[in-house]
Order: sequence, then C-alpha cells, then structure tokens
Amino acid sequence: MQTTHTCHVYGDDVNTDLIFAGKYTYTLRSQEEIAAHALEDLDPDFVQRVQPGDIIVAGRNWGCGSSREQAVTALKWSGIRAIIAESFGGLYFRNCINQGIRPIVLAGASALVRTGDTVTLDHAAQTVTLGGQTFALPPLSPSVQAILDAGGLIPMLKARYAKT
Amino acid sequence: MTGFTFVEKVLAQAAGVTQARAGDVLDIRPHRILSHDNTAAIRKLFEQIGVPRIADPERLIITLDHAAPAPTTLHAQNHAEIREWVQLQGIRHFFEVGRGICHQVISEEALVLPAEVILGADSHTTHFGWLGAFGMGIGRSEVAALWATGELWLAVPKTLRIVLNGALPEGVTAKDIALKIIGTLGVDGGAYRAIEFSGTTLARLSLDERPVLPNMMAEFGAMSAYMPPDEVVFDYLRQRTTRPFTPLYPDADATYDETVTFDVSALEPLVALPHQPDNVVPLSEAYGQPIQQAFVGTCTGGRYEDLAMVAQVVRGKRLKARLLVVPASAQVLQRAIATGVLADLLEAGVTLGTAGCGACMGNHMGVPAPHEATISTGSRNFKGRMGTTDAPIYLANPYVVAASAVTGCITHPADLV
Ligand code: SF4
Repeated sequence: MQTTHTCHVYGDDVNTDLIFAGKYTYTLRSQEEIAAHALEDLDPDFVQRVQPGDIIVAGRNWGCGSSREQAVTALKWSGIRAIIAESFGGLYFRNCINQGIRPIVLAGASALVRTGDTVTLDHAAQTVTLGGQTFALPPLSPSVQAILDAGGLIPMLKARYAKT
Repeated sequence: MTGFTFVEKVLAQAAGVTQARAGDVLDIRPHRILSHDNTAAIRKLFEQIGVPRIADPERLIITLDHAAPAPTTLHAQNHAEIREWVQLQGIRHFFEVGRGICHQVISEEALVLPAEVILGADSHTTHFGWLGAFGMGIGRSEVAALWATGELWLAVPKTLRIVLNGALPEGVTAKDIALKIIGTLGVDGGAYRAIEFSGTTLARLSLDERPVLPNMMAEFGAMSAYMPPDEVVFDYLRQRTTRPFTPLYPDADATYDETVTFDVSALEPLVALPHQPDNVVPLSEAYGQPIQQAFVGTCTGGRYEDLAMVAQVVRGKRLKARLLVVPASAQVLQRAIATGVLADLLEAGVTLGTAGCGACMGNHMGVPAPHEATISTGSRNFKGRMGTTDAPIYLANPYVVAASAVTGCITHPADLV
C-alpha cells in the first residue's frame, strides 16, 4: 500500500521547547489544547496549515532537549503521521515510537523537499519517495515494531493486560 | 575479549544478565523511577493501561518542584491531583513544594547510590552520573509503563569517553567545562551515546561542582553520563544513608566509540549566546551586552557553592540589573543562611525565590518581559524557554552572572575590583 503526504520542512536542532513550549506542560491537558500550540514559537502558521496525514521533514537533531512527550503528541494530535529527520534527539526518538509515530532517519532529506511538497510512503516495499528519489526505510527491531503496530506503548500494554 | 564500559556493566546488572554490549536491547528494572509536576499527566496514562496498582511504589520518587508553590489555580489543581495519587498508591518518597529540585533532593536524600539505575520523566536525569549511577530521561508513557510493569526496554548505548585533565584557573568553573564540551562538539555531539568522564580534573572538582557535568550532558544529546565515584562521593552518601552500595567502574580495556581530551588548565569563562547551549563564545566576545535580569538557580547552577560564588562577587556592591536567586533545595538555603551567604545576597538587593526550578522553564516567578535579556546559571537557553520568544537568554558561570548583575551588562568579575 502506498500513501502520499504533504510535508512541512524544518532545519537543524529544532528543540522540544520550540515544538511545545515548557510554559504549557503542566496545565494543558486535552488533545485539542495541546495540538493548538504545536510549533508555536518556530512556525506560528503551522497549526492553521497542517492537515491530517501530513508529515514533518527535518534536518539534524530534531526534538533535542527536554523529555516532554507533548513535543510528539502536539504534532500527532495536529494530524502528523510520520517524522523524517537526518537525526533525532534520543529521548524524542523513543517518545515517537511510544506514541505510535514512526521516526524515520534519512540523511539529506530536508534538502530534497520544500514545505507543501509530497512524500510517498510504500508500506509494503518499506520505501519512502521524496524529491524524486526513493530510499529504503531503516529497518526496526522487533520490539520497536511491536509497539508501533499496537499504536504506541500504552495501547500495547492495555491490550496485553486486557488479555490476562 | 575486550573489557566493558560502565553502561555495558550497569545495564547488564539492571537487566539481570551476565553481560551486555553496546547495541544489545535489554529489558531493565530500574531501582528508581522519577517524576515531578508531570505526575498527574502520567497518572492519566497509567489509568489507561488498566492496572489498578503501581507494581512497586517503593521505587517511585515524586517531587513538586517545577512550578512550586503553585503560581496559578491550574497549577494548584495539578499538584492536588498528584498529592491524591501519592496517598492512594502509598508512595513514600514524595517531596513537597519547597523541598527543592528533584535531582538535588534525590542526591541529598541518597535515594540513588553508585551502580544504581534511575529513569526519570526529566531530561536532566543524566545528573546522577555524579554518584557513579546510571541516570536517563524517559517519556511520560514510559514512566506509566514502568509503574505498571517495573521494566523498560533499552538499547545499550555506545560510549564517548571525555578525558578532562588539569586544574581549573581561578574564576573558571565546571559550568565552563560543560560549555566548552558542548560548544566544541555541538548540541548533538553526544547523540545516542553515553558519556564516561575521566582524567585528573574530576577529583579536583568540589561536591557541588561535580553534578554540573553529567547534568549538562542532556544539552549534548547524551543518553546518560558517568563520573567514576571516589571517597568524597562515598562520604557524602554515608552521611545520608546506611544502605550498602558497591561502586562500578569501567574496565581499563573497554571499547569506546570515541575518546576526546580537554586540558582545562587554560580555560577561560565562557558564555552561551541565545538560543542554543552550543552557541558558545569566550566571555570577551559577549562583553558589554546589556542584560536586565540575572538568574542564579536550577539543577545546574543553584547549589550552595554557586550562591557562595555570587555572594563573593556582589558583597558590598549595588546591583544595576535584577538578580534572582533560587536555591536548588531547602538544604542549600539553610546552608546559605548558616554561613552568612544569604545575608550578603540580600544586603546586595537579591530577590530570593522558593527552592525549586524557579524561572528556568517559564512556569514560575521571574519570567522576563519581551526584549529583556537574562543571563543565567542554568543549562538551557532555547528560544522561548523562560516564557517568551523575544527574551534572549545567555548562559554563564555564577561569577559572570553575578558580575553582570552588578554592571547591568555582561561583565568579567575581575573588572569589578
Ligand atoms: S531546574 Fe530547570 S533544567 Fe533542572 S529540572 Fe528544573 S526545569 Fe529542568
């Protein structure tokens, strides 16, 4: 199966505070409230522009900084389905997987596309096509794949405990 | 067969396996699980899992520190939900508003010991490397999962060894070493890796200076950071606990991903310019930059010696900029009272905040107005960090922060005399 997605392109070292500001972390609770502040301090128009199914394409070290999971959920609840970056902050990478958002490490990705361009994911062939070039998706370990398949860490545990 | 790094050894122990190598994926059982003001949100995630009780509440540590005392009704509701949860689940290691910042309080309470593993919903959990422990930040979902199962998967990271040699010159601190490392190798210089510190500088660092290095490795992208613990650390812990511990050291022939060496004996004070901790320049290049607020505090720069350094600079002086001092813990404050440091600070016109995170992340008192610049002893100067994107943040050591408060612009302490 192939899916096409509109992308939003960003540069290097975009930190968690820019994706979801620290001042909101203890008081905003609902999905709508959290999504409404996604990327507020970097790209204030993002929340108006984003459509369900869109993806992020970024440079090096996307999501460095804090462990705050809302830096992933704010994007997820805005409609973002996947994040492609040259590299990720380590905590952010784990947070993506645990939220069921596939983090895709792809060297040079952000130079190939501009915001508004289309990216194609081929889920059977496990490839991604952007800027006219096709790349193999980096393989995932079985434990990571299991979390993504379940839709995230909490849904996976929920299903596990429901069975016992 | 070559030897093992610290993370290979400590994570093998925590997983109950005989040995592990970088790249192995392990299910580990941490000794401690940390959360703070984010505990109410984690409770909601935990409740979705469908397990009624926390597997082992003895392992949990919860502090109210990030927005404490509550600045708004919404923050107060958040705290109230956490207190209720602590009661319901019988969580013993709970620290109220005013006790201090999680990493400082846990160290003072000796709740983490050498060779133990602490995972926390806070990126600066790397802090505990100063005790020879493994500390790593994790996400809220992972904490909820740990409450339910007691276990979490981890890929054993490769290790970057950072060798620090020499004695620091007068007026140069561990903060400058951290800025030097991050400024040289970049905010992703430690990405996906663990850090092991070694070299002759470490033993020369005081107890209050040591945590600065592993703490700030969060700004370096590192998963964790370790310092080999010595007698000074053991004494600190023995004064605080009777729990036994066996320290863990890397093998001499361990395999490192990379080794970098710094000679700190010629280091000068450094400043991180807005908006990234790796935007580091010598103090001379930031000299004269006007600032409206100076902030001394946080888990990086709010310990007793930081306050004492500030007192040394401002004693008998008047301040041109606001100087906000937020002790990292109540014990830090008590010591500053006992030694007269606090009196010197107040005499100079300092504003004193409640022990905790204070203005660090824009949640609490001391937030700047748009266009007001802050110079801070903290670790993070991201755009918008203190509440508004128009307020630039400079990072420096406590002497420089204090001197800048005196003159109202970024200043070398030597220029005050
Ligand atoms: S002082 Fe700042 S960096 Fe440290 S735990 Fe608190 S908010 Fe985080």
